[in-house]
Amino acid sequence: MAAEHKHPNYMAIFWLLAVLTVVEIGVVFLPFGKLINGTLLTGLAVGKAALVAMYFMHLKFETRTLGLIAITPLAIATLLVFIIMPDAFYVDHKTANVKPAAATPAKH
Amino acid sequence: MSQAAASHAAAHGVEPAESPLTPESWGKLGMWIFLAGDAVGFGTLLAAYGGMRATSADWPVPYEVLGINLTAAMTFLLICSSVTMVKALEWLGRGDRGKCKTFLLLTALGGAIFVGLQAYEWTHLIHRGLHIDGNPWGAALFGTTFFLITGFHGMHVTGGVIYLLAVTGVVARRPQAAASYNVVEIVGLYWHFVDLVWIMVFTFMYLL
Repeated sequence: MAAEHKHPNYMAIFWLLAVLTVVEIGVVFLPFGKLINGTLLTGLAVGKAALVAMYFMHLKFETRTLGLIAITPLAIATLLVFIIMPDAFYVDHKTANVKPAAATPAKH
Repeated sequence: MSQAAASHAAAHGVEPAESPLTPESWGKLGMWIFLAGDAVGFGTLLAAYGGMRATSADWPVPYEVLGINLTAAMTFLLICSSVTMVKALEWLGRGDRGKCKTFLLLTALGGAIFVGLQAYEWTHLIHRGLHIDGNPWGAALFGTTFFLITGFHGMHVTGGVIYLLAVTGVVARRPQAAASYNVVEIVGLYWHFVDLVWIMVFTFMYLL
């Protein structure tokens, strides 16, 4: 029941989320290139989402099995990305081969 | 619930009184399972977005085309509405139905303003040429995915506002604060999830 719930410091979580959002916007303009900026932004987003789930949604105070139910979609989404990625690289590779061939006849 | 009572309930086809994962209510477990399914939906959309973007040679740079000032404000607004949501539950836990209703209404107001700002943003972008089947900056799928994913999220916020107003009505009708606690906690789970998804959408569709 209600009384059994521990209440985290919601305002601290709020300020943390606000500061992390400002940091994210700052990261966009960092000159480290796509890979590093992308990794930083993804890490920050996952961190912020985890804060919301753990404290606002009280997942930290729930049973482990409920945590497993909650984490399953993240695992599925990550798997999906890895399933799509080889296809993405295949198309890139194919396009790279096609481009010079298409450009050659135009020079004649 | 005792073992004997549980087996008695099972033998008579009666639902056990307590959910094994969420002893507070079956409704809470139901909401978690619904949200896990919904998260797969959003996860699929975002993974597909990533796949299409990776295969495209002329994908526009989102933060240059879309602008992030307004959406950063919208992100802040949703985070604020998550705080008013937890405050609503906190006050109900202390038995103050009046403050709970106020904070529920503030949460709904935050959601309504969010949807309003999104409508403003869409209108602005449509006037600049961003359409579901094309745009002046590059890959047509950029517009398709933008409207599909932000629209799907906007529908969730709209549904959430209606859900919050309905729950405010439940709190108003039930004289005992404890009688509405589970209902408010469950709408809170939905609302925080909508906030959580926006954090992902904001990062992947605007900042990256």
